[in-house]
Amino acid sequence: MPNMSPTKNPMPTQAPDVRNKNFDEVATGYTEAIALDEAARCLNCKNKPCVQGCPVQIDIPAFIHKITEKDYEGAYVVISQSSSLPAVCGRVCPQENQCEKYCVRGIKGEGVGIGRLERFVADLHAADPDAKVEKPASNGHKAAVVGSGPAGLACAGELARRGYQVSIFEALHTAGGVLVYGIPEFRLPKRIVRNEIETLKKLGVDVETNTVIGRTFTVDELFEQGYESVFIGSGAGLPKFMGIPGENLNGVYSANEFLTRTNLMKAYTGKSDTPIMQAKRVAVVGGGNVAMDAARCALRLGADVVYIIYRRSMDELPARREEVEHAEEEGIVFKLLNNPTEILGNDKGAVCGIRCIQMELGEPDASGRRRPVEVAGSEFDLDVDCVIMSLGTSPNPLIKQTTEGIETEKHGCIIADETGATTREGVFAGGDAVTGAATVILAMGAGKGAADAMDKYMQSKK
Amino acid sequence: MQNNEIVVKTMLNDTVCRMDIYAPHIAAKALPGQFIILRTDAEGERIPLTIADYDREKGLIAIIFQIVGATTMKLAHMSQGECLADFVGPLGKPTHTSGFKKVAVVGGGVGCAIAFPVAKAMHEAGAEVHSIVGFRTKDLVILEDEFRAVSDKYVLMSDDGTVGEKGLVTDALKKLIESGEKYDEVIAIGPLIMMKFVCKTTKEFGVKTVVSMNPIMIDGTGMCGCCRLSVGGKMKFACVDGPEFDGHEVDFDEAMARSGMYKEFEGHAREATCNLFKQAEGGK
Repeated sequence: MPNMSPTKNPMPTQAPDVRNKNFDEVATGYTEAIALDEAARCLNCKNKPCVQGCPVQIDIPAFIHKITEKDYEGAYVVISQSSSLPAVCGRVCPQENQCEKYCVRGIKGEGVGIGRLERFVADLHAADPDAKVEKPASNGHKAAVVGSGPAGLACAGELARRGYQVSIFEALHTAGGVLVYGIPEFRLPKRIVRNEIETLKKLGVDVETNTVIGRTFTVDELFEQGYESVFIGSGAGLPKFMGIPGENLNGVYSANEFLTRTNLMKAYTGKSDTPIMQAKRVAVVGGGNVAMDAARCALRLGADVVYIIYRRSMDELPARREEVEHAEEEGIVFKLLNNPTEILGNDKGAVCGIRCIQMELGEPDASGRRRPVEVAGSEFDLDVDCVIMSLGTSPNPLIKQTTEGIETEKHGCIIADETGATTREGVFAGGDAVTGAATVILAMGAGKGAADAMDKYMQSKK
Repeated sequence: MQNNEIVVKTMLNDTVCRMDIYAPHIAAKALPGQFIILRTDAEGERIPLTIADYDREKGLIAIIFQIVGATTMKLAHMSQGECLADFVGPLGKPTHTSGFKKVAVVGGGVGCAIAFPVAKAMHEAGAEVHSIVGFRTKDLVILEDEFRAVSDKYVLMSDDGTVGEKGLVTDALKKLIESGEKYDEVIAIGPLIMMKFVCKTTKEFGVKTVVSMNPIMIDGTGMCGCCRLSVGGKMKFACVDGPEFDGHEVDFDEAMARSGMYKEFEGHAREATCNLFKQAEGGK
């Protein structure tokens, strides 16, 4: 008999006024009892509408059914047939717009808490010291993956499972890409990412850190080294700025820099050699998940006031609802329908304020969202000592500049077809390097899809 | 030999150290003007250092650094045979070294370590090279023989007159230009204040001037934007657009303000590291 409760079991979390002072994970995860109760809400539909909402097509009803049978490792096996990073996706996927959106239970109430159940299963598996990874038999072929973010990890995992000898090349000193430099510890603990990468290594994947493709080696040299196909998952790394006065003042960060100092370089521990500003009043400009992450990091690093400045209204805010709610609970102040026009500096070249103008929503623009328009004469100043620009990113041009035959569109995104094939034979691409800044799961889907195309390509060359 | 191993360590004077690091993949590619990023250990910060020399056959990259902060102090305390935690490169765009008839290479202090490979490459490419190098005092002079070997003219300046001529590199440069030397290009590498005034001098005479910027960086691949500077009123990232720029376009005052961003933190870190080493040495 299914559990007919119209709402999903809430995710247990640390209390807002406790968690906004620490970097421990906000959401503590379902207990076994809660997971069983939630799993019982799944109707095990025959046509599985949830699966069509999953970019990597996990057999969702099958894994949830395994949970109801208390076969948690069996549930993990079902998920891992489709996903390389279940513990990550269970935490950071926007399930409300994907699998859970299509759940039949959502018609009268809330969909099943699929993401929360996925996380439950993945965490149990990770905690099991006897959990084994079967290394597949080698097929004798070599493939290279550039970048160790979600796209690269998914691609490498899929190829390794099919017997390829895969090498991942990462520019930074730690593998994981945005999962380690961008998403903060309190949303995605780094031990989880390390675990997932260890699993890939057990599958036989070789991870070369401190290797910048385009500098240390070019794509052409990877082919010379015997790799038969190359996947480019180099992400959308370059931060955007607004082009307003004052952006080079001390105390202005890109969200990438602020998060990299905090997360990758561990400035928050107080034991790292990497400095970060001890800001007291912070303005974060932007409304995406990255802006929420930066704002919540700033609060945890000791700021008294943190503003989110966003030029449209709450309805258009692109961040996940859950992240916005968490940020509000923690005390982040939302300054909506405002846009910065200038960052103000003192005589020492440091930030002392930000000038904003009020906006109102006009006619819909090309994106279908109502275009924000300035309200004449409505400028006002906010007293801040730090500004974090979180306006999105564009793809890193290094590979394009150093590789013949790879075409990009006008924003610098690599052109790839639906299989991931670029304009150069044997080179595939996926994730933010192709789409511009998007989500972890879309990048994973692209990486996995490209692995399939690379497999076909390499088999055809035999 | 292991990757990132310190193969040779030499103190060039009391505060300037040269290390030859085993990094064959980087040595195979390195060109003058490019840089590496290193970390001494797992808690270390990432610091950029311009490549001072390379030996493709032996797989060595030379770095020359001045002990100024906690990280360079930690680095200087590492010994031959030890390995750096991380060493990545070659990053940035290389210097244009060919196609010149006559150039002036201006180096200040430890900046001479970076100016030298440029002078050498220009010399090898057939240019007449005039090297103008400046130091505070006699004991700080580095690479004198190396510079002389690749320079058609070598002018040594010191702030206190204990060696070479007393005065600034800008004085010497101005004198040469006024005496009729026609340079296709001046390359200035040293402290920001020196590069600012070299550019001011050459601008008067309309001589093209290239400077090598070394701002605070983290990733070195364009991701963080920490190394941004204003060049000709436009925002540029030193790591991917540079590190060399047209000196007449660089906003040096802004770059100087940005370089002081973490002064206080760095001061404390330096003191703490210094005390740590003193304790360790006292306890031996």
